[in-house]
Amino acid sequence: MIVTIIRKELSMLFASPLAWILLTLIQLVLTWVFLGRLDAFLEIQPQLLQIENPPGITEIIISPVFAMAAIVLLMVTPLLSMRLLAEERRNHTLTLLISAPVSMTDIVLGKFLGLMIFYSVVIGLIVTLCISLLLGGTLDFGLLMSNTLGLFLVAACFSALGLYVSSLTAQPVIAAIGALGVLLGLWMIDLAASEMDGWLHYFSLLKHFGHFNQGLIDTLSIAYFVLFMVTFLVLTIRRLDGERLHG
Amino acid sequence: MADEKADLTLSAQDLCRNYGDHAAVHKVNIQLKRGEVLGLLGPNGAGKTTTMRMLTGNLAPSTGSIEICGIDLLDKPQQAKAHLGFLPEIPPLYRELTVDEYLLLVARLHRVDRQAIPTVLNKVKQRCGLEDRGKHLIGTLSKGFQQRVGIAQAIIHNPDVIILDEPTVGLDPNQMREIRKLIRELGVSSSVILSTHILSEVESVCDRVQIMHKGKMVLDETMAGLQQQGTHLETVFTELTHSDE
Repeated sequence: MIVTIIRKELSMLFASPLAWILLTLIQLVLTWVFLGRLDAFLEIQPQLLQIENPPGITEIIISPVFAMAAIVLLMVTPLLSMRLLAEERRNHTLTLLISAPVSMTDIVLGKFLGLMIFYSVVIGLIVTLCISLLLGGTLDFGLLMSNTLGLFLVAACFSALGLYVSSLTAQPVIAAIGALGVLLGLWMIDLAASEMDGWLHYFSLLKHFGHFNQGLIDTLSIAYFVLFMVTFLVLTIRRLDGERLHG
Repeated sequence: MADEKADLTLSAQDLCRNYGDHAAVHKVNIQLKRGEVLGLLGPNGAGKTTTMRMLTGNLAPSTGSIEICGIDLLDKPQQAKAHLGFLPEIPPLYRELTVDEYLLLVARLHRVDRQAIPTVLNKVKQRCGLEDRGKHLIGTLSKGFQQRVGIAQAIIHNPDVIILDEPTVGLDPNQMREIRKLIRELGVSSSVILSTHILSEVESVCDRVQIMHKGKMVLDETMAGLQQQGTHLETVFTELTHSDE
C-alpha cells in the first residue's frame, strides 16, 4: 500500500512544474558554486603543491558544494512539504486516502518516502556533478560517501519536520512558512551556540551535518538524525489519528 | 433470524459524537440490508455529515459501535473500509490528474486486483457516463462531470456499502435523473446511504427514510410504510424538524 501512495506522490509532484523548476534551480545554484570552487582551486594549485600533504580537490571543491546543498535543501523543503498534507486537506482530498483501506502510517510513510525519492534524484545529480571531476583527477570517495550520506540524512530530517508542520494546518502557505521558520530556527542555534560552545550544539541539524561534511561519520550524529526523523514522523501519524478522534 | 443477520451490510449502534459540550450526534442507530437504499434527511446542521463521516471512519465516534459486513470498523478499520465506498459532500478530486489517472489511483488504493483494473476502469466509466472523458484533466471538467468522477471513485471497487453525501448538488435536471437511475442500479447489489435535501429525490430513489434533527434520529420508516399511512414525506419532515424553531 505504501508503494501506491509513493507512486501517487511522485506522479503528482512531477505532474506539476514545481518539481522541475526546483530541480533546475538547485542544479543551477550548485553548479555555480561548483565552478566557483573549481576556479579557486586552479588558481591556488601552484601554492598547494608547495605544502606538505595538501588538501585535495574533494576537500576544496566537493565539501563546500555539499555544505551549500544542505542550505539549499533547507530552503526548498518547506515548498515541497507544504503540499503533502496541508494542500490535501484544503482540497478535501485527504478524505479519499482516509476512507480507503490504508492505515495512517502508510499514508504518512508513503508521503515521506515519496519526498525522499525526489531528494535522491537531487542528491544523485549533485554526486554526478562531483564525479565529473574524475575527468581530470582523482577523488576521495570516502569523503564523497560521507557527504552524500550526511546530506541524505539531513534532507530526511527536513522532510519529516516539514511533513509534521504540514499536518498542523489546512493552509499550504502557513505550512511552508512554519516549516521554514522552524528550520531556520534550528540553523540559528548554530550562531547562538558558537559563543557558548555548549549543549545547544547538539540540537543543530547543520552542525551535525558539518561532521559528515568533513568526512567524519559520527554515530551520535546518525542517532540524532534518526531520532529527529522518527519523532516527527510519529508526531505526524499521531496528529492525523488525533484529528479523527477529536477533530 | 440468522439469514437476516447475514444480510445486514451496515449496522451502527448508539452512535454519539460530541464536539466539546455540544452533542453533534446523539444515540443514532442505523441498520442497512443488502439491496436497500436509505435516504438520510434532515435540516442543515442536523448531524448528517458527521454521521456519514463516522460511518466511513473519517471521524471516530465518542461512543457506539459500527459494523460493516460484520467487521467492526473501529477494531479492524482496514478490512471494514474495504467494503465501503464514500462520496463526501465535496468530491475528493485531484484536479491536476486526468480522469483515467485518478481512477487508476483509486483502484490501486482500494486494492482492486491488478489484472482486473483495465476492465474495472472501463466498466465504471461506462456506468458513470465518463467514457469519452478519460483523457481530460479533472480540473477542466464541469461540475456535473466532476460529481460523476466522485461517484465513480466511490463505486470502483464494487463495495457492499455506498455512502453518498448530497450526490446531486449542483447538477442540472437531466444529470440528476441519470444519477438517480445510477443510484437505483447500485441499490440492487449493494446498500446505499444517500443524504439529500431534495425530498422528491428520496421519494423516487429510496426504500427507506431516516430523518435526523439536532443530532437525534426522529424518524425511521420505509417508503412503503409512509405510503400506507397516506402521509406525505414533506408533511412529516416539516412536522418533525420545524417544531421548536
